[in-house]
Amino acid sequence: MSAVMITRKVRKWEKLPGKNTFCCDGRVMMARQKGVFYLTLFLITGTCALFFAFECPYLAVHLCPAIPVFAVLLFLFVMAMLLRTSFSDPGVLPRALPEEAANGNVPAGQRPPPRIRNVQINNQIVKLKYCYTCKIFRPPRASHCSICDNCVDRFDHHCPWVGNCVGKRNYRYFYLFTLSLSLLTIYIFTFDIVHVVMRSMNGGFLNTLKETPGTYPLKLSLTVLEVLVCFFTLWSVVGLTGFHTYLISLNQTTNEDIKGSWSGKNRGQNPYSHKNIIKNCCEVLCGPTYPSVLDRRGLLQEDTLISSSNPVPQTTVSAHKHTHALFLIVVSSFRHTDS
Amino acid sequence: KAEFHNLQELRHSPSLVTKVFIQRDYSEGTMCRFQAKFPSELDNRIERTLLEETVKTLNSYYAEAEKIGGQSYLEGCLACATAYIIFLCMETRYEKVLRKISGFIQEQNEKIYAPRGLLLTDPIERGMRVLEISVFEDRGSGGSSPSSTMSSGSSAR
Repeated sequence: MSAVMITRKVRKWEKLPGKNTFCCDGRVMMARQKGVFYLTLFLITGTCALFFAFECPYLAVHLCPAIPVFAVLLFLFVMAMLLRTSFSDPGVLPRALPEEAANGNVPAGQRPPPRIRNVQINNQIVKLKYCYTCKIFRPPRASHCSICDNCVDRFDHHCPWVGNCVGKRNYRYFYLFTLSLSLLTIYIFTFDIVHVVMRSMNGGFLNTLKETPGTYPLKLSLTVLEVLVCFFTLWSVVGLTGFHTYLISLNQTTNEDIKGSWSGKNRGQNPYSHKNIIKNCCEVLCGPTYPSVLDRRGLLQEDTLISSSNPVPQTTVSAHKHTHALFLIVVSSFRHTDS
Repeated sequence: KAEFHNLQELRHSPSLVTKVFIQRDYSEGTMCRFQAKFPSELDNRIERTLLEETVKTLNSYYAEAEKIGGQSYLEGCLACATAYIIFLCMETRYEKVLRKISGFIQEQNEKIYAPRGLLLTDPIERGMRVLEISVFEDRGSGGSSPSSTMSSGSSAR
């Protein structure tokens, strides 16, 4: 019986479990449902397009040409932060391999190992729970997102507006997105009001109507539309920014806040907080940029075994190239000891 | 892109006995640190001080990568000012340290662990959760102490 193995190279993202979608050959990583994300994009670009088309010409001429310039910079910053939040890996923890899975292969008759591990962090006992999907004891502050079916490090929440989870790696981009969007919304709202006030001051509604017949009602209704969108966005986005500023100053995540981990009778016991607002802000916003541990674009060797007795090919995915090279070093060291 | 391998080649390689996992040490917070406790399964495979030295050096590398100080603030503020576009062309400090770690682990494997039939796996390949040490079967000894095989295999060092 002869057996032959055919090797094929695939990218690691193609074999990742979990409910994420990948684009650009693994460079972009998002959740499966992206509908609300497209809505976010549409609202932001639509409102800004209206602002640039109808408000800016008037304001640049009658007030200051720097107004549209600053608006463009702010808009680009908002889009950059949104795309960074949406497209990056939030801090997904890869699932454990079978040898590492702590609770696997329990012999019959024995009690299964405990599902909770206690660790002491800065003199505070923290319970680490076992994740049955990922087969790991979750690190402190990690949580399993049921929508993306992944354990995420420093899990904050799953944001449908952004189409991704918010975790350790993209929290600061998410915060900067909400902050800059608040500023952009306030900016557009203010200058819409200024525009309407200036137009009515510069000669009254009727005179302006005579100058630009037919177009002023359209422009007015678009301005009103922008004001309405900005007004409703303002309350939610500014509120969200305020909430996250509060969380950052206490070094807590939304998940911990919702569960009440460090509030009520546990107030003041957060072991991750530096007990100093400035230090907490600096750690979250100016801390190191953590790399992704997923290695989405790494290459895997997919071995398909075809034997003459069994026509159905059996596929196994083998180890990383680098480990394979080291494995050969171990092989060669043993060959020296063989007589 | 398909290659053909001969299965016979794999039969002469040493077989894996077990894998030992060194877990993360969370006593000082969520920063990356591995436990310095020596696993008992490796008692007669490697000297205690060698492994502890490796883990200590690894921990110092991770501490350097995650240090919050002047340089990380500068990197953070500069990147924010460019809307993080600068990260498309610049390597972050963490990535630089990870490359150093990868080189360190390879060097340790070649010099210390492979001659003893052990193999360290870079923690980043296990999601920074564990430091995996693969223990291979000590085929030359047949049950006797491994020191005799080490001396006969000295050319491998």
